[in-house]
Amino acid sequence: MIPTRLKVFYGAATAVVLLLIYAPLALVVLNSFNTSKSFAWPPTGFTTEWWSRAWHSSGARHALLVSIEVALLATAVSLVLGTLAALGLQRSRFFGRNAISLLIILPIALPGIVTGIALNNMFRTVLGMQLGLLTVVIAHATFCIVTVFNNVQARLRRLQGSLQEASADLGARPFTTFRLVTFPLLRSALLAGALLAFALSFDEIVVTTFTVSATQQTLPIWIFANLFRPNQAPVVNVVAAALIVLSIVPIWFAQRISDDPQTH
Amino acid sequence: MSLRQPGPRAGVATGLLLGPPLLWLGVAYLGALAALLVTAFFSVGEFTSEVIKVFTLDNFSSLLSEPIYRTVAFRTIGIAVLVTVVDAVLALPIAFFMAKVASPRVQRALVIAVLMPLWASYLVKAYAWRAMLSASGPLSSMGLHIGYGLPGLIITLGYLWLPYMILPVYAGLQRLPGSLLEASADLGASAGTTFRRVVIPSIFPSLVAGSIFTFSLTMGDYIAVKIVGGPTQMIGNVIYESVGTANNLPFAAAYAFVPILVMLVYLWAVRRTGALENL
Repeated sequence: MIPTRLKVFYGAATAVVLLLIYAPLALVVLNSFNTSKSFAWPPTGFTTEWWSRAWHSSGARHALLVSIEVALLATAVSLVLGTLAALGLQRSRFFGRNAISLLIILPIALPGIVTGIALNNMFRTVLGMQLGLLTVVIAHATFCIVTVFNNVQARLRRLQGSLQEASADLGARPFTTFRLVTFPLLRSALLAGALLAFALSFDEIVVTTFTVSATQQTLPIWIFANLFRPNQAPVVNVVAAALIVLSIVPIWFAQRISDDPQTH
Repeated sequence: MSLRQPGPRAGVATGLLLGPPLLWLGVAYLGALAALLVTAFFSVGEFTSEVIKVFTLDNFSSLLSEPIYRTVAFRTIGIAVLVTVVDAVLALPIAFFMAKVASPRVQRALVIAVLMPLWASYLVKAYAWRAMLSASGPLSSMGLHIGYGLPGLIITLGYLWLPYMILPVYAGLQRLPGSLLEASADLGASAGTTFRRVVIPSIFPSLVAGSIFTFSLTMGDYIAVKIVGGPTQMIGNVIYESVGTANNLPFAAAYAFVPILVMLVYLWAVRRTGALENL
């Protein structure tokens, strides 16, 4: 048994760490209603003006739409490629297996700035492409594949293929088996992987900085570009507060997925 | 889709499945890394800032000869070490409480509470610390004038990567049987001794796994540095300035070898601890 004295110590330490985790986030939400433009502490008064200004900020709106578009496209590409890779590796035990797993993890394991300048150099000097939405989607998909791959691979490992074999033995062709057996079993893993991929892409700034054109801005790029402008400070703060509140959505979603009886 | 079907058809199917992802990663990613590697041995024209495609070691020799680049590299590694230590110290008690003290319901709630900031945007979290540390912010009004600079940067980076440390340590502690702690206490060890001689050694791989995240993420960062670091420069900033302001991609490519090399050495050094299986 752990002595009560120690339990109290660990409990108190946990409370302190949780306070440290949430205090800065709470401050951003609080400041979005602070009348002081420089966010004086304690707040000078209550206002909803910043929220209405942010709502009408065309720059923030446009950036939000660009971010959603990029994240949806990158998620779609990584769903296809990540699932193909996981299915391909499930079927075989050849020597290159580990190398392929490493290749899939590499874009997320190396620092973002390395991936960023490598892709920037590739697009501009090697391929002669114009930087734009297409290059951002390619870059994001490259490091999002791993989330889908990991989720699908973990699920396939648990399924062990006997259901697919049974389906084949009963005369189903490979594509029919995929449509009627494999895909339904993979559905929640695909959802979890897609959710992670979307969040990863939506939040990314470093690789994006090096692969986006000067005119197109994703939401993180827009925030960073306006962060140091005193005039824009309240609007940036509202966008930040909104993103904090919105981050509850994927948590709720992820809980729903893990409560799905199919996954157990 | 029969799985253990031998013969050439299975091989063809595997090839068809693996083809597209391998083409994508092989061409778009490995190709890009290879091109970057080659670029590190090029130079730029002094007046034209065009890349001159002639093999040279100039970038690497100026990396070694100019002390500023060494200072920045060592500073970055030092910050990464400090951030890792801060995160380990903060993660241990909360992970221990989650795994060994809390009831299953509290445990579930705490996992969500720790995960939630992982979903919050990186940029928003760095921005939150800009607000915390600002001259008119809450810390200053409490008399803690930390401001923007090295200490504020270490706090912010530690904050950003903390969940990446808590989760593997928590998973490691969950696997540690409670009976081991009881046995240690029965044999007369104090709580501190048990922690030092039983808990820490058995979850060491998890701590190292967490440190891979905190280390790698710190090594490449330049955004948080700009937001809360004040005048501090890290490797990421030098690379960023070399590409953007100086338009010298070859030098940026050469300097990018530093974090890659540090991470490879680090991964090699910890490969025997079993940390890589705990990621």
